[in-house]
Amino acid sequence: MDLPVLWFILIAVLWAGYLVLEGFDFGVGMLLPVLGRKDKDRRAIINTIGPVWDGNEVWLLTAGGATFAAFPEWYATLFSGFYLPLLLILLALIVRGVSFEYRGKISDPRWAAWCDRGIIVGSWLPAILWGVAFANLVRGVELDASHTFTGGFFSLLSPFALLGGAVTLGLFLTHGAVFLALKTDGDIRTRARALGLKLSTGTTVAAGLWAVWAQLAYSVAWTWAAVLVAAVSLVLVVVMVAKDREGWAFIFSALGIVAAVVLIFGSMYPDVMPAIDPANSLNIRNASSTDYTLTVMTWVAVALVPVVLLYQSWTYWVFKKRITVAHIPEPIGLSLKKTDDLTSA
Amino acid sequence: MDVLDLGRWQFGITTVYHFIFVPLTIGLSPLVAGLQTAWVRTGDEKWLKLTKFFGKLLLINFAIGVVTGIVQEFQFGMNWSEYSRFVGDVFGAPLAMEALAAFFIESTFLGLWIFGWGRLPKKIHLACIWAVALATNLSAYFILAANSWMQHPVGAIFNEETGRAELVDIWAVLTNNTVLAAFPHTITAAFVTAGTFVAAISAWWMVRLVRSKKAENVTLAKTVYRSGLRLGMWVMLVAGVGVAFTGHWQAQLMFEQQPAKMAAAEGLCHTEQGADFSILTIGNLNGDCESVRHLIALPNLTSFLATNTFDAEIKGTIQIQDEMTQKFGATRGEHSEIVGVDAPTDGTADQELSYIPNLAVTYWSFRLMIGFGIFSAALALGGLWVTRKGGVSDSRWIKRIALVAIPAPFLASAFGWIFTEMGRQPWVVYPNPNPSGVDGVWMMTWRGVSTAVGSGSVITSLVAFTLVYGALAVVWGKLMHRYAIEGVPTEVHDESPEANPDKDEDAPLSFAY
Repeated sequence: MDLPVLWFILIAVLWAGYLVLEGFDFGVGMLLPVLGRKDKDRRAIINTIGPVWDGNEVWLLTAGGATFAAFPEWYATLFSGFYLPLLLILLALIVRGVSFEYRGKISDPRWAAWCDRGIIVGSWLPAILWGVAFANLVRGVELDASHTFTGGFFSLLSPFALLGGAVTLGLFLTHGAVFLALKTDGDIRTRARALGLKLSTGTTVAAGLWAVWAQLAYSVAWTWAAVLVAAVSLVLVVVMVAKDREGWAFIFSALGIVAAVVLIFGSMYPDVMPAIDPANSLNIRNASSTDYTLTVMTWVAVALVPVVLLYQSWTYWVFKKRITVAHIPEPIGLSLKKTDDLTSA
Repeated sequence: MDVLDLGRWQFGITTVYHFIFVPLTIGLSPLVAGLQTAWVRTGDEKWLKLTKFFGKLLLINFAIGVVTGIVQEFQFGMNWSEYSRFVGDVFGAPLAMEALAAFFIESTFLGLWIFGWGRLPKKIHLACIWAVALATNLSAYFILAANSWMQHPVGAIFNEETGRAELVDIWAVLTNNTVLAAFPHTITAAFVTAGTFVAAISAWWMVRLVRSKKAENVTLAKTVYRSGLRLGMWVMLVAGVGVAFTGHWQAQLMFEQQPAKMAAAEGLCHTEQGADFSILTIGNLNGDCESVRHLIALPNLTSFLATNTFDAEIKGTIQIQDEMTQKFGATRGEHSEIVGVDAPTDGTADQELSYIPNLAVTYWSFRLMIGFGIFSAALALGGLWVTRKGGVSDSRWIKRIALVAIPAPFLASAFGWIFTEMGRQPWVVYPNPNPSGVDGVWMMTWRGVSTAVGSGSVITSLVAFTLVYGALAVVWGKLMHRYAIEGVPTEVHDESPEANPDKDEDAPLSFAY
């Protein structure tokens, strides 16, 4: 296999990893106000992803860095072209990250409420915008002969792209609900299961619609296989949730997301950024780095990716226990003001 | 302002802001790891108290450093897409390596450390914070390798067909003499920052407790805070000496690799033999070099610092401007011809090119960096003297100086970066008399901006980042302050599974958000 093809696949793998892993983080964040009514519920929900969300987010940084290294033209055109959506995603990720970390630092209901808003908005925005961005990659965008994006912000908001946003939103909501059912016990688990059932049904319909549209308008024959896998997986999510088999449900919702990534990247191939005028498209040849750079990066990836997978899996194993409200300790955060006997000094 | 200026402001603001948190994280994570190691080895509770205390402050700082780091990676594509096209083949590699080799370790093991106190065996838990500390430093290496390549491109060739720089030797990029100098300088500066932070907070607490005159408070000051203070001071002193030596080495490289930066930093117009080192100038440094008047100067010191001989010749800005104009053209249009691309059509083709960086910024940032650095090292000496032979102090002055000491190394680092980056202008990739004989791998900053992005978009993002970053700074400051004045925990206990074998499976977690 030649190197640009290999790196196209590797970048797809990194995105799949990112969307599967941060997909449930987003879902958990979005469902925070829905499933967490009291503060302890909310803390239990947040703690299901507490030890791992930051590691999950690094998949995005790796996908970004790998795109820069392996396909600099793609990196340059994509992030300058999708400027405002990316800005919104970055701001959302910033606010969400500090909200997770700082929420428990101060024991004050108003403080917690502000952090919850940060988590909720910071999870909804990217969950929708990633879908919009990827749908635009499938559909093709306006590029000129020097591969510079010439469309405006609103050209990114076609019906196909917006439906794409709804699909990632649905996928992540379902994935998050299933994850919560798997990682909690008691009341939250029951409600997460019920919600997962409803969400997965709706998501299956929206995703099916989008996939068939993508398939008929922009794709190639073999990606029908991905559509089939996605459809079966999403149906199986419904079945497994109904049968209280949360572990299997989670595996199938992850598989559904992977199949969606395969459909997206399969539709683009051999382009990385299809243009409305095909002559201006960026493809894996004219966007890629030199063979030398790709060789170096391949060795780095071959040496390090298995190690990363190993210790990240270990983290999930260490924190494998279900979390319930009973596990949540009393708040350890401080109050904002301090009074003590030393102030005279 | 045009897209170029806006993009530069945005890069400057987001980078200097990100770098408030980075040096403290780089230096403090190994210090916390060291404190925890001392606890695991000795079982002495004072080390566990200090680990928990500074660990919390580290985490508050870490969180904001991580989220602002995400922006850095995508900014090249957003605002500097033409730069990214030109250098991606070379520059992307160290960035991707940072993510794969360091960032994954940092974030994963930090999660394990935060949540693993009651869940992981003691030594494994300790190994987690060491993994974080080492990966954080490794991260710095890759980023500095990428930055150093922009300061001094090596291991690459210019491909005329594709019009971009292409990697031919990754090893040369990773062992660039520029990064070999920049890395120890940055890391030792980070240790000064963290040492100052630990020492200052400990000193403030020591004085506070001793002044309360209660026996148990004085004991706490003598055992716990004095240990923290002495540790911080020694780190400041040793790292401070390291900063000075590595800085000297780096400056000598810069005289060789970026003479314009150093000439501007000295306000040196005319090439001189035995150039003085200026400490204070009058004159407005507004770009007209001739208006600069040196008020206080140490004779021949610049020549000595640059080359180790007192009467060496140092190039002045006028000569450098002439030489670069010859080689790279007098106007943007002429430069485009030399590079072999279309001349700018936005009416800037006739704009004359200055190859000398902003004199005032370069001159003052260089002196402020050095000044704040020396201030920190001097404080360390004073503090070690005061606390010799088991002593503590109740001096209000020490408490005050401690508070003034904290920002100094942060400011030194910020001015250091402003000097490094502003001193490189007008180049984004600096043309070097390259040891490997490479030529043609250079790019002027104005050519690097995104052509697809309008000024409206950049203004929007500049305003958004500034507002969000400003709000976060307030939150960060409040939390750091509040947790610092909380002091070390009064009671700590060994939460590890081996110390609590009978722990109930359903007991509350030892740590949760």
